[in-house]
Amino acid sequence: MPRDNSIKKVLVIGSGPIIIGQAAEFDYAGTQACRSLKEEGIEVVLLNSNPATIMTDKDIADRVYIEPLTVEVVEQLILKEKPDSVLPTLGGQAGLNLAMELEEKGFLKAHNVRLIGTTSETIKKAEDRLEFKAAMEKIGEPVAASLVVENVEDGLAFANKIGYPVVLRPAYTLGGSGGGIAHDSEQLVEILENGLRLSRVGQVLVERCISGWKEIEYEVMRDGNGNCITVCNMENIDPVGVHTGDSIVVAPSQTLGDKEYQMLRTSALNIISELNITGGCNVQYALHPETFEYCVIEVNPRVSRSSALASKATGYPIAKVAAKIALGYTLDEIKNAITQKTYASFEPMLDYCVVKLPRLPFDKFISAKRTLTTQMKATGEVMSICDNFEGALMKAIRSLEQHVDSLMSYDFTGLSEEELIEELEIVDDMRMWRIAEAIRRGISYEKIHEITMIDEWFIDKFAIIVEMENALKTEALTPELLKEAKRMEFPDTVIARLTGKSEREIHDLRHENGIVAAYKMVDTCAAEFAAETPYYYSVYGSENEVEETKDKKKVLVLGSGPIRIGQGIEFDFCSVHCTWAFAKEGYETIIVNNNPETVSTDFDIADKLYFEPLTPEDVESIVDIERPDGAVVQFGGQTAIKLTEALMKMGVPILGTSAENVDKAEDRELFDAILEECEIPRPTGGTVYTAEEAKEVANKLGYPVLVRPSYVLGGQGMQIAINDNDIDEFIGIINRIAQDHPILVDKYLQGKEIEVDAVCDGEDILIPGIMEHIERAGIHSGDSISVYPAQSLTQKAKDKIAEYTRRLAKSLHVVGLINIQFIVCGEDDVYVIEVNPRSSRTVPYISKVTGIPIVPLASKVIIGNKIQELGYTPGLQPEADYVAVKMPVFSFEKIRGADISLGPEMKSTGECLGIAKTFDEALYKAFLGAGIKLPKYKNMIMTVRDEDQPEAVEIGRRFEKIGYRIFATSGTARALREGGVKAIPVRKIEQESPNLLDLILGHEIDLVIDIPAQGAEHSRDGFVIRRNAIETGVNVLTAIDTAEALITSLENTDIKNLTLIDIAKVQ
Amino acid sequence: MKAFLILEDGTVFTGTSIGSTREMISEIVFNTSMTGYLEVLTDPSYAGQAVVMTYPLIGNYGITSDMESKKAWPDGYIVRELSRMPSNFRCEGTIQDFLKEQDIPGIAGVDTRALTKILREKGTMNGMITTNEHYDMEEILPKLKAYAVGDVVSKVTCGEKYVLEGTGKKVALLDLGAKNNIAKSLNQRGCEVTVYPAHTTAEEIILSNPDGIMLSNGPGDPADCTSIIEEIKKLYNTDIPIFAICLGHQLMALATGATTHKLKYGHRGGNHPVKDLQTNRVYISSQNHGYVVDAENVDPNVAVPAFVNVNDGTNEGLSYVGKNIFTVQFHPEACPGPQDSSYLFDRFIDMMGGAK
Repeated sequence: MPRDNSIKKVLVIGSGPIIIGQAAEFDYAGTQACRSLKEEGIEVVLLNSNPATIMTDKDIADRVYIEPLTVEVVEQLILKEKPDSVLPTLGGQAGLNLAMELEEKGFLKAHNVRLIGTTSETIKKAEDRLEFKAAMEKIGEPVAASLVVENVEDGLAFANKIGYPVVLRPAYTLGGSGGGIAHDSEQLVEILENGLRLSRVGQVLVERCISGWKEIEYEVMRDGNGNCITVCNMENIDPVGVHTGDSIVVAPSQTLGDKEYQMLRTSALNIISELNITGGCNVQYALHPETFEYCVIEVNPRVSRSSALASKATGYPIAKVAAKIALGYTLDEIKNAITQKTYASFEPMLDYCVVKLPRLPFDKFISAKRTLTTQMKATGEVMSICDNFEGALMKAIRSLEQHVDSLMSYDFTGLSEEELIEELEIVDDMRMWRIAEAIRRGISYEKIHEITMIDEWFIDKFAIIVEMENALKTEALTPELLKEAKRMEFPDTVIARLTGKSEREIHDLRHENGIVAAYKMVDTCAAEFAAETPYYYSVYGSENEVEETKDKKKVLVLGSGPIRIGQGIEFDFCSVHCTWAFAKEGYETIIVNNNPETVSTDFDIADKLYFEPLTPEDVESIVDIERPDGAVVQFGGQTAIKLTEALMKMGVPILGTSAENVDKAEDRELFDAILEECEIPRPTGGTVYTAEEAKEVANKLGYPVLVRPSYVLGGQGMQIAINDNDIDEFIGIINRIAQDHPILVDKYLQGKEIEVDAVCDGEDILIPGIMEHIERAGIHSGDSISVYPAQSLTQKAKDKIAEYTRRLAKSLHVVGLINIQFIVCGEDDVYVIEVNPRSSRTVPYISKVTGIPIVPLASKVIIGNKIQELGYTPGLQPEADYVAVKMPVFSFEKIRGADISLGPEMKSTGECLGIAKTFDEALYKAFLGAGIKLPKYKNMIMTVRDEDQPEAVEIGRRFEKIGYRIFATSGTARALREGGVKAIPVRKIEQESPNLLDLILGHEIDLVIDIPAQGAEHSRDGFVIRRNAIETGVNVLTAIDTAEALITSLENTDIKNLTLIDIAKVQ
Repeated sequence: MKAFLILEDGTVFTGTSIGSTREMISEIVFNTSMTGYLEVLTDPSYAGQAVVMTYPLIGNYGITSDMESKKAWPDGYIVRELSRMPSNFRCEGTIQDFLKEQDIPGIAGVDTRALTKILREKGTMNGMITTNEHYDMEEILPKLKAYAVGDVVSKVTCGEKYVLEGTGKKVALLDLGAKNNIAKSLNQRGCEVTVYPAHTTAEEIILSNPDGIMLSNGPGDPADCTSIIEEIKKLYNTDIPIFAICLGHQLMALATGATTHKLKYGHRGGNHPVKDLQTNRVYISSQNHGYVVDAENVDPNVAVPAFVNVNDGTNEGLSYVGKNIFTVQFHPEACPGPQDSSYLFDRFIDMMGGAK
């Protein structure tokens, strides 16, 4: 079937802000799909509230709307743009849910808009638990005994019937939100209540527990003609019970015989056919480890995180093919983009092994429960490829950038054997290291398997790695042993540590013996056909396939690795745009990255893609082969910056700002000297190494002070200390995160926080705009609401900011991007608090709202162009006639036990944008985009610090005016009443019922405003309130300024009349 | 122990000896299946060839009951890595022991991707696996060039006819090197399957009065099977429904005047798309063949293409005009590989008049 020519204008719905369970993979899928549609001459209208995405670029879609993802907005957008079709299967669950609502309402039909890529019947059949079960029964596909319940009583009754443990899965939620395993009735009630609330349709599935079975996934494609293929299968090393997003996953499956493999493959094809899916789909199975019995766990009738992984693992571009299928093409009409010889109607064959590891956020949420369950907690993931499992695992471990480089990175030697066996039961992010220790102690494979239910094949593979550690420790380092260690991808650093030699010695020994990395191609077909696509992975002991290219100048672009809090999709945006900009200037581009969710690791972004860890050694191996003319590190976040020194040692010129100048911005003393020279004030402070020194500095400055490690991103470990005890505690925490760098202690200034990104060519600067944070200094810039253009600055302050930026950029010899954060106290006292001579989180946002393509500009400047030659007038650019509000989005409800109060350490996982002609509307849109849709019940709780009471009264008054009932703890209530606000006092949670907690659990509270005291919080009270509120789905604000912004937006905006703005037209 | 794989073009791969340590010379072919190494090893169509597995981790689930014949057939086995500890609930032993028991010489630790690329670029060629570190290239190369697969059908076919009981249609299966799952697929559909040795005369089969005849897969160059082709001509001339797979498909084509030729490096794996020209549906098929029927030399009055390979356009099946005969190049019996085309056995049952 050729393409359906009646499709001319398509609305693509993106997935919104990055949250746990819905991350960059949808930017990758959406971007690929949009490019695929445009290739066919389709006019693409894009809707996504997330400004950090590549898909919301004007190069990717024809019309771009960064607007809240609500039914009202989509309806309005359809009326405005009049697309003939909507493609909802590429925006994850968020896009799919929206499309379903529109279809159910009859809106699409009434406006002659078609759903393409799926039908509402298909979505219903796959996502509605009852319909899905019926469909599976019809074709004889087994599902675990289960019942959909809408209340707790029915759940209890059914669980009693089938017996505990039972698994609970809410319908229509992301990343298994609100799900879990209940071992008894008490747990059941707790999880079920929560799940019923989180489900869009108020349904939760209670099912037979199959935890401990093997978890296997298949990625399937089907076209309108009924042709289906599987792209690949994947085996979770973790058995059923750990969300696949948090599991260690390997592709293809390793422990399945052809009988099991084909049994499940056939089942997957039967399911996709019965559900009548056209496009991509993911089917998850539980397979009994000792029989052929299996159960279908779940079907995702759309592209998913797993399909992004499958695409990168095989080279098969699932989203691109899905988009073509949506247009009517059949699989045998779509060319395989890798071989250019075969078609999309074939199944990729791998001749390598792929391992995916989750990037879990427990380094950010120190108080959080590290246990892995059916609710996903990972913020991102890494993937690695090798021709053996051990090598793929070792590469994946060091790609995590979590201070782990081997199976020795967590120390369990202190445990007795009994304790260790007991701890093997714990399923958390350190489980692999516990197993390794168990192997070292000689605990049998059977025993380890019995406890963990991890297949013995994998346990044996861990054992092979452990044996190699031992060999390196005890045997003479012969070239043969070294070769074998490198085959398993032991990094030189680890070999050096184990052999007591230096890294240099290992390096030299390798080179003397010709033990160097070779690169193989990912070609979808196990070398059966010649492929042109330069998508490579490293192996040792094999022939190198990379063809040397030297006709063009070559640039190495270092990516940003896994998505984590503090280093998100923004840096992928920057890396990709930098790559495109260099390509435009005639360079050959090479990307190194290891994140399977991103656009940058798509094989057609750069001229060459190396899917590799971002460590000095791994990069050096690539450099040895490619001999690039230069490397760009300023776009890949801290991951890339950290490689600067190593690259220089390899003799690779750093393009743009030099390493020594990057250092100057980070080194306290050098930086102080520069500030002095530039006559720019900064909060006073000092550099320390110990708690004693820190206390001395703090007392000299006077509390409160800001304590933070140098060389980190996202404010990791940054805290506000109000006394000596806080310092002791914070420095303890900082030291736990293994710091090799000094600690900074600064006077904490409370003022307006301002941020700028600027391009500098060594002489002139270009500032697209000044961003102002709504929250006062003290809350991490990534967690603050950011407004462009700054709303409350005097012209004099703005001039100062521009001038300081110019001076700083010049004296740091910045070539490319610089990001500076300021504090403005009073009218125009401007202080610099942080300078990053690199790309920042705000670059995509400020580019989009000002229409100034900062990354391409910076790239051109790096190549040697001058800002003036590029057609721009240097200096601060005129303000746009729009107001744009960037709102942080959090994933607190996914991370049990995480403290949600905002502070200097970043906690948000994503962001959304509100853009409008007025500040109030922009703010309203931003809150809407972040999912804060108020009012509902018009009840709220306030509990604030004494010093915030005057402001709290004002805020309380305004909420009361729009009809809110305000509950408050005694002190706050008293203050409110004294201020004339009718507050209802409630008991604190440690007091008898009914108290604050009962109120929250009563499900009729819209909002909690809880402002915790600064410094280390020692009362558990506030923490418990905030956690309970978050887990009950209540909005919680922990900063007085955020509360003020919210009431402002609630007071002012006429909900029905949002004006939609096409970002592609913003100049 | 060290082992060497020496190719006809002089390329040498060094690795570790696995299985038997005896020297062997054979035709080297590659298979891209990621699972099913045991089915591959026991597929009689590999007689006369040594197999390279492109998937690097082999033996992960050990040896199970999934044998497609009673023994292993390849002359040699070439892998990247054998799993030292298999794990599967059905595992009965390791592939290392199996290769030894079956006396199959092999080599592990080979850069199988580099080897596959050579075979892809230069075409299938002969090679030797040896553990002799002092091999003499000049002496070996002429030997390698001289190797020919020869008459392997006689080697792999059953010695005597035997019957799989069933209450449905009576099928005569001509065993040219049949994989077990062909008879099993028919038997599971109720058929009584009588398996005949390859050199059974047409008369004997016709006299047994079967409801249908099945021609199996098998090894070697189809054009070498001259006497079998003569018998198949006689089967063609009856009105008995015939279904043929792989070698059977090629022999039927040769028996009716078509020609075959050797592909550069064959199709061996479980991911080949074939299009059913009747419905335009594409199925992923299991394949193992080095020769192919020249579709352009098929007389349209005799047979018309029924399936075509989506990748390279080669013929994958024929439907015989005015006859109840249907043949395919790929393997609907799967094992290893996708089961997507197993419906063809149902079609065969229909050709015989449907299930009893």
